[in-house]
Amino acid sequence: MKKLINSPDSVVTDALAGVAAAHPSLAVDIENKVITRASGPRAGKVGLVSGGGSGHEPLHGGFVGYGMLDAACPGEVFTSPVPDQMLAATKAVNGGAGVLHIVKNYTGDVLNFQMAAELADDDGIEVVAVVTNDDVAVQDSLYTAGRRGVGATVFVEKIAGALAEEEAGLDKVAAVAREVNERSRSFGVALTSCTIPAVGKPTFDLAESEIEMGIGIHGEPGRTRVPLGTAHEITTAALDAIAADLPLSGDLLVMVNGMGGTPLLELYVVFNEVRNYLEGQGARIARNLVGNYITSLDMQGFSVTVCRLTDTLARLWDAPVDTPALRWGR
Amino acid sequence: MEAEVFRAWVAAAARAVEEQRDHLTQLDAAIGDADHGINLARGFTAVLPALESAAPATPGAVLTLTGSTLISKVGGASGPLYGVAFRRAGKALGDAADVDLPALAAALEAALAGVQQLGAAREGDKTMVDALAPATGAFSKAIAEGASDADALTALVEAAQAGAAATIAMQALKGRASYLGPRSVGHEDPGAASTVLILGALRDAALACP
Repeated sequence: MKKLINSPDSVVTDALAGVAAAHPSLAVDIENKVITRASGPRAGKVGLVSGGGSGHEPLHGGFVGYGMLDAACPGEVFTSPVPDQMLAATKAVNGGAGVLHIVKNYTGDVLNFQMAAELADDDGIEVVAVVTNDDVAVQDSLYTAGRRGVGATVFVEKIAGALAEEEAGLDKVAAVAREVNERSRSFGVALTSCTIPAVGKPTFDLAESEIEMGIGIHGEPGRTRVPLGTAHEITTAALDAIAADLPLSGDLLVMVNGMGGTPLLELYVVFNEVRNYLEGQGARIARNLVGNYITSLDMQGFSVTVCRLTDTLARLWDAPVDTPALRWGR
Repeated sequence: MEAEVFRAWVAAAARAVEEQRDHLTQLDAAIGDADHGINLARGFTAVLPALESAAPATPGAVLTLTGSTLISKVGGASGPLYGVAFRRAGKALGDAADVDLPALAAALEAALAGVQQLGAAREGDKTMVDALAPATGAFSKAIAEGASDADALTALVEAAQAGAAATIAMQALKGRASYLGPRSVGHEDPGAASTVLILGALRDAALACP
């Protein structure tokens, strides 16, 4: 394993110290692993808290700031944070209008956020949780853990964050978060495994000529292993999987996201393929993001997330945002 | 069995998890996200000093504090699930200073109920429940049939082992392994494997009890 770390045990706290040093707009509690806006809570504004395992940067800490999150709690690498962190974050951002928890659908994240919400309720803070579950690679049923929450989480944090900034109530902010999730779908592809620092070797072995289709963001293997194809073939397969679940028409918000170890050059190759595919379906990419937004350590690969926009969602997407990883209009 | 036995159980579980840390993590790498051994070891490492400093006086208090510490330190799904298991077991034992095997069996049944309530897993979903449920069933049955303490505790661990082995053939319906669909077949569930370790530690601690 070759990594720029001091020790596998200190990688999360060392990185948080770096985040604190780089971004004076953030208040970073390194010991308790909570990142908040340095400006503190605003009275009358719904607070937005998200969190999850580390290793997905810039998610979630990179999205704390004006127009997006109020706080993020990073766990150990690929491990959900604990309820104490989430409770501390919830208390820190409570401006009296309630707090929205944005939770990616993984058993650990859901259970820990549930416990934190109960503890917050004991303290008289109203909490509503919205769980993202946009990954079409996972078959959903009443009897399973359900679909994973992946790329749509970025859209939810941006759009719900914009509405919260307008001082909409908790029910309205939660409703728009759910709407974005319901209108979004994702699919991920890995060219290589990632290596967790504390493990020291790749999570799975993949031959030079093979790729994993339908991966999540924790280095877990996907649903199928197939021979490497062209960017055109891989992108088509990914979008076919999405199209089977969501009609791809009208104005779309599209993210082509790198998994952490993918050159931007290749992400643009993929974006061009995505554009050709969607235009062929009669849809239009009205807004886009191309880059590393929800990663899986050093994995090579990409995910594509599509959201069917409405006029309101497009307006909220365009609203000013000022965070370390997304910034425009301000 | 007094509080001392339960402290010995938790210490033995911590040792077993630490010794099998890499094995548990490898099981998790096959069908999950390669952190089960790391997370449980971190949790139990934090439990020992917590028990040392708070020095709970009853078996129930030992298990409740163990559970609360796991919830605070582990994260992931295993933190809340094992945390709730230990807390429910601790609550079931109440304030008793001395616990017999039937009370222990009732505590393990309470732990199982807590895990199933929180995780919504049933037997056959390829989770820790597939080790814990047959183990508690076999333990209660052996006690009801008048088995010796040693035989009842052996039945507990053997049923857990058989249950964990049976997860190899199962397709996961809960937890992160469920994302693999049919590809999850052929691998032992890491949560079932760690349940075997923890129940094995219980047997060892209880049998060492004078």
